[in-house]
Amino acid sequence: MTSLLAAEEASAAIQAGGFFLENVWIIPAIMATSFACILFFGKRLPKGGSEIGIAAVLICFLLSLVTAGQWISEVNRADNCVVAQLSEDKYICAASADGAGEFASAVGSAGSAVAAENDVLVDAEGDEGPAKGAGLKPVISNRTWWSNGGINFTVGTMVDGLTVALLVVVSLVSTLVHIYSTDYVAGDRRFTHYFAFLSLFTAAMLFFVTAENILQMIVGWELVGVCSFALIGHWWEDQSNSDAALKAFLTNRVGDMGLLIGMIILFFASGETWSIVDINKLAIEHTTSHTLLLIASLCLLAAVMSKSGQFFLHTWLPDAMAGPTPVSALIHAATMVVAGIYLVARLYGVFFEGLSIAGSSLNALALIGGITTLVGASLAFVQDDIKKVLAYSTISQLGYMALALGVGAWTAAIFHLFTHAFFKALLFLGAGSVSHSVHSFNMKTHMGGMRKFMPTTYKTFLIGSIALAGLPPLAGFWSKDEILVGTGGWGFFEGKPHSNGAYTVMLVMGMLTAAMTAAYMTRVMYLTFFGEFRGGHHDDHDDHGHDDAHAHHGDPHESGPRILWPLRILAFLAVTVGFLNLPPGFLGLPKGITERFGHYVEPSSAAKYFPKINHADPSWSLAIFSTIVVSLGVAAAYFYYFVRVNRQNPAGTELVGGPTSRFGLLRAGHTMLKNNYYLDHIYDGGAPVGAAGATAVGALFGVAAGSALGFSLDNGLDQSFVPSLIWGIVLGGSVFAIVSTALRTGVGAATFVKRPLAWATNWTHENVLDAAVDQVGIRSVQAAEVVYTRIDQGVIDGTVNAAGSGSSGIGGELRRMTTGKVQQYATVMFAGAIVLAGLLIIVI
Amino acid sequence: MYLVQFLLLSSVLFCIGVYGVLVRRNAVLVLMSIELILNAVNINFVAFGAYNRELGAAIPGEVFALFIIAVAAAEVGVGLAMVLTIYRNRKSIDIHEVDLLKG
Amino acid sequence: MEAFLDDWGLTLVTFTPLIGALVMMAVPKENESFHKMVALGTTLVAAFLGALLLVNFDFDAAGELQYVVDKSWIDVINSRYIVGLDGISLPLLLLSLGVVPLCMIYSFGHFPEPHNPKTFLSLILVLETGMLGSFIAQDLILFFVFFEVVLLPMFFLIGVWGGDDRRYASLKFFLYTLFGSALMLISFLALFFLSDGTVATEAAPTVNTFDMRALSTGATSVIARGAQLWIFGGMFIGFGVKVPMFPFHTWLPDAHTQAPTVGSVILAAVLLKLGTYGFVRIAIPFLPEAAAAWAPVIGLLAVIGIIYGALGCLAQSDMKRLIAFSSVAHMGFVMLGISTLTDFGINAAVFGMVSHGLITGMLFFVAGSMKDRYHTLDMTRLGGLLVQAPKMGWILGFASMASLGLPGLAGFWGEFPAILAAYNPAEILSANVWRAYMIVAALGTVLAAGYLLWMLQKTAFGTPTEEFEHDPHINDVNRFEWISWSPLLILIVVFGFYPNLIFDLTDPAVIKSLQVEGLGGAAGDCLSLAKAAGEQCFADLRDAVGSAAGN
Repeated sequence: MTSLLAAEEASAAIQAGGFFLENVWIIPAIMATSFACILFFGKRLPKGGSEIGIAAVLICFLLSLVTAGQWISEVNRADNCVVAQLSEDKYICAASADGAGEFASAVGSAGSAVAAENDVLVDAEGDEGPAKGAGLKPVISNRTWWSNGGINFTVGTMVDGLTVALLVVVSLVSTLVHIYSTDYVAGDRRFTHYFAFLSLFTAAMLFFVTAENILQMIVGWELVGVCSFALIGHWWEDQSNSDAALKAFLTNRVGDMGLLIGMIILFFASGETWSIVDINKLAIEHTTSHTLLLIASLCLLAAVMSKSGQFFLHTWLPDAMAGPTPVSALIHAATMVVAGIYLVARLYGVFFEGLSIAGSSLNALALIGGITTLVGASLAFVQDDIKKVLAYSTISQLGYMALALGVGAWTAAIFHLFTHAFFKALLFLGAGSVSHSVHSFNMKTHMGGMRKFMPTTYKTFLIGSIALAGLPPLAGFWSKDEILVGTGGWGFFEGKPHSNGAYTVMLVMGMLTAAMTAAYMTRVMYLTFFGEFRGGHHDDHDDHGHDDAHAHHGDPHESGPRILWPLRILAFLAVTVGFLNLPPGFLGLPKGITERFGHYVEPSSAAKYFPKINHADPSWSLAIFSTIVVSLGVAAAYFYYFVRVNRQNPAGTELVGGPTSRFGLLRAGHTMLKNNYYLDHIYDGGAPVGAAGATAVGALFGVAAGSALGFSLDNGLDQSFVPSLIWGIVLGGSVFAIVSTALRTGVGAATFVKRPLAWATNWTHENVLDAAVDQVGIRSVQAAEVVYTRIDQGVIDGTVNAAGSGSSGIGGELRRMTTGKVQQYATVMFAGAIVLAGLLIIVI
Repeated sequence: MYLVQFLLLSSVLFCIGVYGVLVRRNAVLVLMSIELILNAVNINFVAFGAYNRELGAAIPGEVFALFIIAVAAAEVGVGLAMVLTIYRNRKSIDIHEVDLLKG
Repeated sequence: MEAFLDDWGLTLVTFTPLIGALVMMAVPKENESFHKMVALGTTLVAAFLGALLLVNFDFDAAGELQYVVDKSWIDVINSRYIVGLDGISLPLLLLSLGVVPLCMIYSFGHFPEPHNPKTFLSLILVLETGMLGSFIAQDLILFFVFFEVVLLPMFFLIGVWGGDDRRYASLKFFLYTLFGSALMLISFLALFFLSDGTVATEAAPTVNTFDMRALSTGATSVIARGAQLWIFGGMFIGFGVKVPMFPFHTWLPDAHTQAPTVGSVILAAVLLKLGTYGFVRIAIPFLPEAAAAWAPVIGLLAVIGIIYGALGCLAQSDMKRLIAFSSVAHMGFVMLGISTLTDFGINAAVFGMVSHGLITGMLFFVAGSMKDRYHTLDMTRLGGLLVQAPKMGWILGFASMASLGLPGLAGFWGEFPAILAAYNPAEILSANVWRAYMIVAALGTVLAAGYLLWMLQKTAFGTPTEEFEHDPHINDVNRFEWISWSPLLILIVVFGFYPNLIFDLTDPAVIKSLQVEGLGGAAGDCLSLAKAAGEQCFADLRDAVGSAAGN
């Protein structure tokens, strides 16, 4: 049951190469060009520019596949490689190990000659002859972008397995979303702009994942944020939409502060280099001070929390559902929100060392991930809006990924990212398909029984739900199972696993989430596709539920092919991609079939920019146990909805006199969930607790950022603790002010969405994060006004004005003396002359 | 020498002139009073000039007197012109009514 | 040709606008099209000459003054007519040369009341001469003259063509900056009397000199530390008012709000840079020792300005006033970069000046055009610009994004490097203090997003208010606006993609300006020593130079 990979055995790494690996910049460049073309010429084209976008993204997808193919062949080459050492840190593939004796084509003949001449073949274990198999160094190509003050800023690309995986995911989902959108937003007021921004977003994301250095990552990170802003606010005529866009952007900006500071610290801590590889390498070699790494990773964690919707900065993500559904699928489920996860994965050396992931049982990243996954799953339970269920589900799954990274299960996290992108995009697009038909996202008022009207959507959505719930053998099962194994918590029951630590708490959290996920997806399935259609009777008196111009509300109908085909493709992937990474030794399958994803994607520690992480042993008992847990979740929800609710009233949505109405504790819990744990209240500042919460949030940021102050390379954390605390408090207050300001605008959106909905309790839902943030915002603007009127206009400007009016007052007094009467002047003059004469006499 | 007598005369003339400048309302009379003041000064210059020459010091005060006469002529010319203009515009030469410089 | 440029290029470029203004004075004001033609033609000629200078500029020697002219001027006070151009001046000179013609073209489409193009345009021409002269002058008195020449035309532009409260605003602008200049002049005189021009690396012929080349290469090292601190303080206030730094900023919102659009644009794009340019060109190279002592104050006021300006923005309801306050915040980033006393930070500052000029100028253009259409900039009454004038709305959104520091656009490269530089200030300064500043500045970027997006939401998003819903005057970007805006928009993108265009130029010049000149050309590195050692280094230098001068 050992899972050692070839790359792990290798003590040496060779350089990968290949045209597309070296020239991967072409891919984002195509999308950027497409953006410019659509923006300038799109309106004149027959299909409003969508044809350019689709063509470009298709080409990108194909190129991504080619790039992936090249990478895979390079990994294979390295596997079959007999390594020769050229110099201290330079190895080449002297011969392939299968005996064919071919010299690797990518290696220059001169290099081979040197190797042959010196005959310095590396011994593996001493007795097995030449080493077989090598790690692979990432392909880096860069050039100077600009330089200044002795600091060189490069721009370039870095390709390794992780990059390739993301390239494929982003371009594939983007392609499908492009196609889907041609139907979904057909006839929209800003059809062309929509496609332009889809292109720009894809370009930015591709730029981000191919970034060679952290500065480029910042650039890409911000650019995807802006695209998200533009697309959430696509229908900006409604204040609520632009509020949601603002909230998303500003919440992200709060995290960006951490990003900027964290990256700057990394830059200086690593001896002034931007290169991702170098930064990771120095971190792994313990050259970089551990204190600095800790601070930097905490700062970066703030950015991850905002971008990847981790608890307590996740509240923008549900609001972001104000954007068009395909955008939600692309940006807020499949790609952009995983930018944070990607950031951690990319700079894993920093996080692994900074947070001391190996050998511990708790760290900030894992804890935040664990809390997020639980919070997201519990909140998904009480949503009536199908997109919001999926949004909270996304938060929960992102929490899973963060948790996995936090416990050292790197491959599991990325694999989950990979599978999740497909089934979550599928679910979102499915939800879009339903809403396209019923013109609403509200499951309780406008859906039910959709299975009869939309069979294909139903089937694909069902597949997506099972995949998300994590039932074997669909994709979600495999990736989720790997994460649970990776926590190492199961080791308590089954010998010693090879995990990185004993994260038992994380295992429990993950397991609970698995059950909850299964249950809420069952609920969504029932409310949307089973029971009886509840939309029809609303037509008589409830026309304000949506702002579409469709006057006709016939029976719901199945969507067109441009919507259904992406669903079918994604459903196929949701079923199959899980097999890409079967656990090693699964059913006695050979090594060449299992764990392919991990093998090709995970960087080799021999390449020295990726930490040595352990791979936990797969466990049959855990897999079975988790499947039982998931089944129990499904069963509970099935019993409640499909059996009891359905029997009582097929058109109903809740059990009359159900548990939440009978038991006070449950009711209280339900209300709390409806209120998003009162987080929005905190941000809106509506409740006193909100203010306290926001201050705490601010202080947390502050301590992380502030502790950056007191340190220098040699100083420990102790010396800087007091100043960091002070700065933490100061900054906490400021962040409080900022967050509140930011959210003040966001609150309006939140209340707009919720209040028209029939639920009396719903106002509280948005109130936790939103209300709290809003209050802070109002307060800070009040403070700003006081500062402005009192201090700026009063004291500072007042002083200036007083100087002016003072001198003008004196002038006014003096003015009275000039009467214009000549004889008065003359009198004064003579009087003066007499006085002068008198003086003269006295003096002389 | 009768220096004291000359000085007394000039003082009397000066005082009359000052009185006229400060008190009279008729602009022409004010101008004439100014003439008196200037001529008082002239007398002083000439008297001191003669007195000093007797003492042997060569300070020609008469030169200043000539200058002052010339300047006084110009001053009266300009002054009378202004008075005429004022009269033309206001039909009055009462200088109490002329306060264009009032701030 | 090159010889001609070497001798006369700078002078010609500077005084061409003045000649144009003189020509215009000779022609009666009724002949409007003539005036417009002459004014635009003159600025275009000047811009063309500027382009020639750029082409013939020796980029490999960007650190050295080029096109130097040194002629006797006022011998009584040893003040000479010295002009020259190096990597710091060049971008700012070109910025001025570029912005003015754009403003002219823009004004043809939106002439502010009271009409009178003759006076308006000739004032702008005089203003241009003042701005150009300030950037090329290499003699303190010459610099001062140009610096003051700028004031008067601006005073009239605001006072005559301004908004309702124009008298108050123009007077405040004039007096406040004059107050600063007075202190600055005193400092210049103190430099004149206390320094010793003959000991400088680029020695002046006399002991008392206004030659900036000599003063920045060691002539001031004989001045006692206490005196240096006072002199720097005077310049600090003089330039700080112009920047404007908190708490000397209060003239700015009034002046910006009341000024005609073109005036606001020139004010934001160029005039504010005179202050920061003064720091970079005069205050710091002349008195590095005093600069090191004052730097914490500058940095502190800079970060206060960043936060304060941003909060000020949030409290505004007038769009133009909001943009004006955002200038305070952005110039805070510039000053933060300067306060680090590192070449990286000052490079960032120079870039920040240029990008702020382009972006904020652009924002003022849009605000002015909106005012022309809506006759108000009260954000509670605006809304739906994207519906009524979609192109203008997009441009506003683009400029806002640039202003909040979106990577890929020019604003980011003014902001991010300044923050980066703050992590590692010059050795002589306390890194911890600047790291604190860094975090506060990073906070400022969040606030910047807050107020700019808020403005965008209030004005561009949503649907038009009833008041303006059917107003026929609200049309989209017109011809004049396109011509005058597109160069700015393009440059914002170009500099965003390839910041090296500016950094390449400024880097050598900044490095040179930060060199502490020792005796006989020996470079001291006092700024790169820890605090105590650095101060000792300056003292040693003073003793050495003093004894040498005594001989």
